[in-house]
Amino acid sequence: MKEAGAIEPTCPLPLNEHPRIRLAHGGGGRLMQQLIEEVFIAAFDNPVLRGGHDGAVLELLHGRSVMTTDSYVVRPLFFPGGDIGALAVNGTVNDLAMCGAKPLFLTASFILEEGLETETLWRVVRSMRVAADAAGVSIVTGDTKVVERGHGDGIYINTAGVGRIEHEVLVAPERITTGDAILVSGDIGRHGLAVLGEREGLAFVTSIESDCAPLWDAVHAMLSGGTDIHCMRDATRGGLCAVLNELAKGSSLQFDVVERDIPVSEGVRGACEVLGLDALQVACEGRFVAIVAKKDEERALDILKTRNETASVIGRVTDGEGGLVTIQTPIGGQRILDMPTGELLPRIC
Amino acid sequence: MKYVDEFRDPEAARKYVQAIRETVTRHWTIMEVCGGQTHAIVRFGIQDLLPEDVELVHGPGCPVCVTPLAMIDKALDIAARDDVIFCSFGDMLRVPGSRTDLLSVRAEGGDVRILYTPLDAVKIAADNPDKQIVFFAVGFETTAPANAMAVHMAKFRRLENFSILVSHVLVPPAIEAILSAPDNRVQGFLAAGHVCTVMGTGAYAPLADRYDVPIVVTGFEPLDILQGIYMCVRQLEDGRAAVENQYDRAVRDGGNTQAQALLRKVFRVVPREWRGIGEIAESGWALTPEYEGFDAEQRFGLANAKVAAPAACISGLVLQGLKKPADCPAFGKECTPDHPLGATMVSGEGACAAYFRYRREKAA
Repeated sequence: MKEAGAIEPTCPLPLNEHPRIRLAHGGGGRLMQQLIEEVFIAAFDNPVLRGGHDGAVLELLHGRSVMTTDSYVVRPLFFPGGDIGALAVNGTVNDLAMCGAKPLFLTASFILEEGLETETLWRVVRSMRVAADAAGVSIVTGDTKVVERGHGDGIYINTAGVGRIEHEVLVAPERITTGDAILVSGDIGRHGLAVLGEREGLAFVTSIESDCAPLWDAVHAMLSGGTDIHCMRDATRGGLCAVLNELAKGSSLQFDVVERDIPVSEGVRGACEVLGLDALQVACEGRFVAIVAKKDEERALDILKTRNETASVIGRVTDGEGGLVTIQTPIGGQRILDMPTGELLPRIC
Repeated sequence: MKYVDEFRDPEAARKYVQAIRETVTRHWTIMEVCGGQTHAIVRFGIQDLLPEDVELVHGPGCPVCVTPLAMIDKALDIAARDDVIFCSFGDMLRVPGSRTDLLSVRAEGGDVRILYTPLDAVKIAADNPDKQIVFFAVGFETTAPANAMAVHMAKFRRLENFSILVSHVLVPPAIEAILSAPDNRVQGFLAAGHVCTVMGTGAYAPLADRYDVPIVVTGFEPLDILQGIYMCVRQLEDGRAAVENQYDRAVRDGGNTQAQALLRKVFRVVPREWRGIGEIAESGWALTPEYEGFDAEQRFGLANAKVAAPAACISGLVLQGLKKPADCPAFGKECTPDHPLGATMVSGEGACAAYFRYRREKAA
């Protein structure tokens, strides 16, 4: 396997000939073959992929396996701290990790827009390889389609992932119980603001980098450290707020969190104040909520802090009203933290 | 974070709550005028900290809430046109008109964009000379200077493809309408700090005199609001009715005179319809003859149609402080932030949405 650093920094396709993607790159002929060999295989290079079949033939050990899929759509394609390629790898890897599975294999399907610069595609594909290496997964099969200009946002990516469960801990909402500690793995809201800032050209948020990152390493460390993790979920769209509400509903228990204990960076707080957004609802791409047995609270926090020193215990599961999330406000009041409606719409004034 | 944490200090908050408790000897009803204050009150759980005798009612100061249905329908008609790029502040997009909302118009192919400043719309107009660019100019005196500046810039740059759909309303006439209503129960006001940053405090002294009511110009952070409440109840207990300025780090008595000069040049005072309340005399702004060419209503020839609000909705009474959201039979049932019947459920600053989000009464 090639080292990530050894991948050509510039696109290996003969750019003078095809500086932009054409419909024929998805047409099944010579151009598509060239794209597969010189871009995708060159970047993702591994024995399974080199097999050249219609599908990947995998060696899976006996036991429980996990499969997941997700599609990635983001404008702009590149943003501070990441790009659509890193997102497509980490997002799916993280869904596997949240099920307690070690991520092993990914598929990658691309829907490209006619006219996309081939160099842009190469940058994305290269970033996927770097992210895959960091997460310890191989991209083993894929597909490419090209849609007419104006019918796509440059690149859409779908990735599916397969992972293996190598431990006996059952990680699921039904295991959440009264007294459990609620932890978050790091400061929230970076990804959503990094993308928003780049898309809208907001100068004052350009210092915020996306938190896009693989989470398996932290999960694995907790599991192998003997932490009794009852449930995990990564905070993506809808942010921390959505995850807490989903898990409270899934467990039919009440979650009580303390706003002061929720880690939010100065930059994210400031941008949210100015933009009229609620950091608790802003998307992350490399943060998760872990619900762990009370006895393992300290141990889990210590492990998470070795990966991200802003990790924090933010609250506790109680046997109040099933599905309710309450938050203690910084001045000592209490309110309900409701499910976000779905669109982040900045307030007028 | 500097300039934020100081105003959210739990120890200081506790002291103010204590001071309010020690001051109050009877029941007082205080209205915070601005939606931003309502938002902070519910977001920080301020009502729960106060003694039961201090009742906060939420005023009509949310621009999203008081923009009339007919005006939303005009925005929807304009936004659906092929030749238009329709620009708006974010939370106007979810406000239902009589048929649909701007998010749906966008889903059906309308070019609807969220902007943070109307000046960006002027830039879009310069960059897209073959399109009509319309900015939805809603809000109180706070958002008006930027809207005035956008029109002024468009005129200066001779951008004939730029216009604004004006739905500007003014705070003092709304306070007067509430005070002069026969069933008024508001005894003191927290006036909207940012409105006063622009306009100054001069308009409030006659109201305080005429209606014998204390008015405290108040900021938006939890400690601002607690201090504003404290100043207000002290006046009430002392039997005084003065205009006081809690928010003196942002508000000067004379306001922002440059902004006022521009506002006088671009806007003239007119009667305006308030959603849920009805028409209030001299309560809004329209463009002056000098800038009339930038009026989207004129440019697109929109008739002045009136539309009836859904019968179950009591948002008008909520906006006047006569009812609480939970008094509404539709609250939390037919009417939720996902399916708002009335404007107060639409905006995060609206009293109903704020109650639903942060203080939802447990289902019986």
